Amino acid sequence: MRSAEAKSSFVYVTYIRATPEKVWQALTEPEFTRQFWAGTWQECEWKAGAPWRIMIPDGRVADQGEVLETEPQRRLVLSWRNEFKPELRAEGFSRLTYLLEPEGDMVRLTVRHEIDRPQSRLIEAVSGGWPLILASLKSLIETGESLAATRRWPEGV
Amino acid sequence: MAEKFRPKTVYVTYIASTPEKVWDALTRPEFTRQYFFGRTIEIEPKQGGSFILRMPDGRVDVKGAVVTWDPPRRLAVTWLVDWIEEMRNLPECLVSYDIAQAGEAVRLTMTEAHQWDVPDDLLSGGRAGWPAILSGLKSVLETGKPLSVKMEPPKEMMAALERLKQG
Repeated sequence: MRSAEAKSSFVYVTYIRATPEKVWQALTEPEFTRQFWAGTWQECEWKAGAPWRIMIPDGRVADQGEVLETEPQRRLVLSWRNEFKPELRAEGFSRLTYLLEPEGDMVRLTVRHEIDRPQSRLIEAVSGGWPLILASLKSLIETGESLAATRRWPEGV
Repeated sequence: MAEKFRPKTVYVTYIASTPEKVWDALTRPEFTRQYFFGRTIEIEPKQGGSFILRMPDGRVDVKGAVVTWDPPRRLAVTWLVDWIEEMRNLPECLVSYDIAQAGEAVRLTMTEAHQWDVPDDLLSGGRAGWPAILSGLKSVLETGKPLSVKMEPPKEMMAALERLKQG
């Protein structure tokens, strides 16, 4: 995080033994995200300009935005605004980039979440969430089982 | 002594395992050689004990001393890279691993802390390496199969070392 640039960002890298096709599928298809992303799924056509949103099992929208850029199995850029916490929604749109780079029998997955404002509470919040979600994604792909804590939406949130 | 060190790189992951197994993976050579670019750990299990990461060809990669030995919760070691000549005279850093039960999984937090105003370029080695190392540790514990990430020291790190030497 560099406040001098009036920007907040979070970057996380993980290596997953899988093909880029498999990781892309896991990041975008409901049957996979439900298992590692707190029971949520995304509604989107996955093409540039398409609206995008994350659905909470109780019917609320967790986050929404649009597809800014897509290069299937390689790179996906989304605009992203939180919808279920007013203080985070007030910060407006952030930007989320997934980068999938094949390396041997693995994928190097980089997730970058950034917003043009210093000391962002949204970035602080997602910095706590991404490591768990992405660790669970890796477990799901490599072992067939996601981490138990990520299989359902947390109570009271 | 830890007070003078400020965290510069933090990596968190969650592993379907137990704190005891994660502790073993961090402290036993038969595990470290599977995920730490082939390095084997040599560590005296006590505060003040010596700590070495040895490369497959026998050279010392990293050396230091145990600052905290608190199985299976916290391991902290001072850390001085030895295999890159230009790094031998840098102030040592502090690497700590915190292990916590998190539901049915284990949360592992690695913190690399420095006692001087270290340039970002010099941090690039750790920032590239830790995700590969700790992704590998997770794969070893969850699947029994290591990853095989190949990596060279980042160019910006080597350039920064060269500037320090000349500067």
